[in-house]
Amino acid sequence: MAKIAYQKLDRRSPLFWGLFTLYAFILCAGLGAAYVMEHNGHIITGMTNQIVWGVPHVFAVFLIVAASGALNVASVSSVFNRPEYKPYARLSGLLAIALLVGGLAVLVLDLGRPDRLIVAMTTYNFKSIFAWNIFLYVGFIAIVATYLFAMMDRHVSRTNLLGTAIGSLAFVWRLILTTGTGSIFGWLVAREAYGAAIMAPLFIAASLLYGLAFTVLALTTMSQQAGQSLVTDEMAGKFRGLLAIFALAVLYFTAVQHLTNLYASEHHGVERFLLLEGGIFTTIFWVGQILVGSVLPLAILAAPRFGHSRAAITVASALFLLGGLAQMYVIIIGGQAYPLNLFPGMEVTSAFHDGQVARYTPSLPEILLGLSGLSIAMLVASIAVKLLPFLPRPAQ
Amino acid sequence: MSCGSKSGTGCGSGGACGCASASALGDGVDDARRNFLRGAAATTVTTLVAGVTLYSFGAEPAAARGPDEKVTSKVRWGLLIDASKCGDGCTACVTACQTENGWRDTGHPETDAQWIRKLMVKNPENGASFSLPMMCQHCADPPCVDVCPTGASFKRADGIVLVDKHICIGCRYCMMACPYKARSFVHEPLEDQKPYAPRGKGTVESCTLCVHRVDAGRIPACVEACNDTGGGAMLFGDLNDPSSEISKRVATYRTTRIRADLGCEPGVYYRNI
Repeated sequence: MAKIAYQKLDRRSPLFWGLFTLYAFILCAGLGAAYVMEHNGHIITGMTNQIVWGVPHVFAVFLIVAASGALNVASVSSVFNRPEYKPYARLSGLLAIALLVGGLAVLVLDLGRPDRLIVAMTTYNFKSIFAWNIFLYVGFIAIVATYLFAMMDRHVSRTNLLGTAIGSLAFVWRLILTTGTGSIFGWLVAREAYGAAIMAPLFIAASLLYGLAFTVLALTTMSQQAGQSLVTDEMAGKFRGLLAIFALAVLYFTAVQHLTNLYASEHHGVERFLLLEGGIFTTIFWVGQILVGSVLPLAILAAPRFGHSRAAITVASALFLLGGLAQMYVIIIGGQAYPLNLFPGMEVTSAFHDGQVARYTPSLPEILLGLSGLSIAMLVASIAVKLLPFLPRPAQ
Repeated sequence: MSCGSKSGTGCGSGGACGCASASALGDGVDDARRNFLRGAAATTVTTLVAGVTLYSFGAEPAAARGPDEKVTSKVRWGLLIDASKCGDGCTACVTACQTENGWRDTGHPETDAQWIRKLMVKNPENGASFSLPMMCQHCADPPCVDVCPTGASFKRADGIVLVDKHICIGCRYCMMACPYKARSFVHEPLEDQKPYAPRGKGTVESCTLCVHRVDAGRIPACVEACNDTGGGAMLFGDLNDPSSEISKRVATYRTTRIRADLGCEPGVYYRNI
């Protein structure tokens, strides 16, 4: 195979600086929101003692899940030895780190005591999957950074040895990482919407989809900014196929999760809530996750008239990401909104809304904080492609 | 020992308490001494009856723990709550907890602290209902402790589940894990805190079983208030001590622990639910 040439994003691009300014603006707004939240307390958010994780967690978990999936292309190239993916491996690794940093930033800034980050980094309870995740996340950044070094260093990259070894480690690590993220919910025994082993593979499938969708969107945007198509027709076709497979995998695990619950009478209540009577959550599930976020983009990808159209793949990727946000919203907030079942078969009431579906309206600071995580990820990626040759240089 | 506390006024000057020695009860006992003995006996009986009464209605005082004395797992503090004695509209336990620990109702129950709350439970098929107080169940295997990343959420050797406010980072994962909705996140700045019940904005908190009182040999404020002004539904004591009233009752009557199916082994038992 011909030697692959890489490039920095040297070209003066109004689109680049326009987006850069937008991301920076949102980041500033998000940091301001975090400050206001820290100063006044979470009373200014829509979160309560029942909906304890709100929109910031939706974004944070979404970005963290997407981060491990963003490494797809690099993994396929080095672990599964598919050289056609190699030109995109650097960008893939970069996006993995950028998305994880964005997600973690939101997670930390939404803590009740973000100033105690050092406590979280130094005091551990190893029975907690949260504590393990701290190691998994930090370890992932370190491993992928080493992976990037192995791919980009002039001397080290001459042999594939280190790249393959560290790439394999990163691949295993990311599977464990997403298992850990899914298990945050899977290991919660008391809440009916969670407490299921399928959360881990569901999150892995979701990570494959979100991560690849982010990669495709980044490549499309950076193609515009570079003034040249960075994706070959062959690769556009492969991305198209992979996106469809990953989307079907997410649908499959989602269907199995709900069907399993529907089989057990004890879970009929929560399923009726999520699938039929949950108001905004039901709408977000069926319209957001299933229709707009899965069926529509799958139809776009499958439609013969669109063929290998880059626009079709781009639109489908954007829709998959919207569907991903919808999925996280339903899982995280919908799962909390359904009341805890303290007395199965009985009606429970109290001054603390026991037995009632919890209401939640996200406030502006929460939304800004969540969006700022996305902006952090995009800023990290934007700055990196300006400074270092992450992007493939198309053959002339 | 019984006469010592209550017989001071009846003791003759310079003499020992009348009950101290049988030899003092000679043939020539005068009326005054006889009267004194009657009074002392009555006082003793009254004291004992009052003590037993208090004991049976929940005041099983703990032995005070010295500042250097370690908490021991030989003790397992717990509660037994008789729902049949818990009045539907009674909130004596809630009010007492608020007063004791310094949390209050600001009219926003969604974000207010809820260390203890009253539940109304109704069978939808026949309308039968009961009420009960719900608070941290002080589980032997608490999910909140398992999930806490920093170990801020912890269980003392004597079974009391607490939050270390110094290392709680406010991640709220314990609130996600608690099956009883027993934990609260401090959403707003606080003022007028009780020195023995420190709280902090941005951290999680819950019923401490009035650990400061228990360590001083007293019973939790909710139990005391329930006995004083409520229905006398709550009994506090050492579940590890077979001779304690709570252990006897738990061994005698059919009791229930809420969501026992989850296997968390709560330390709060309920009767008549």
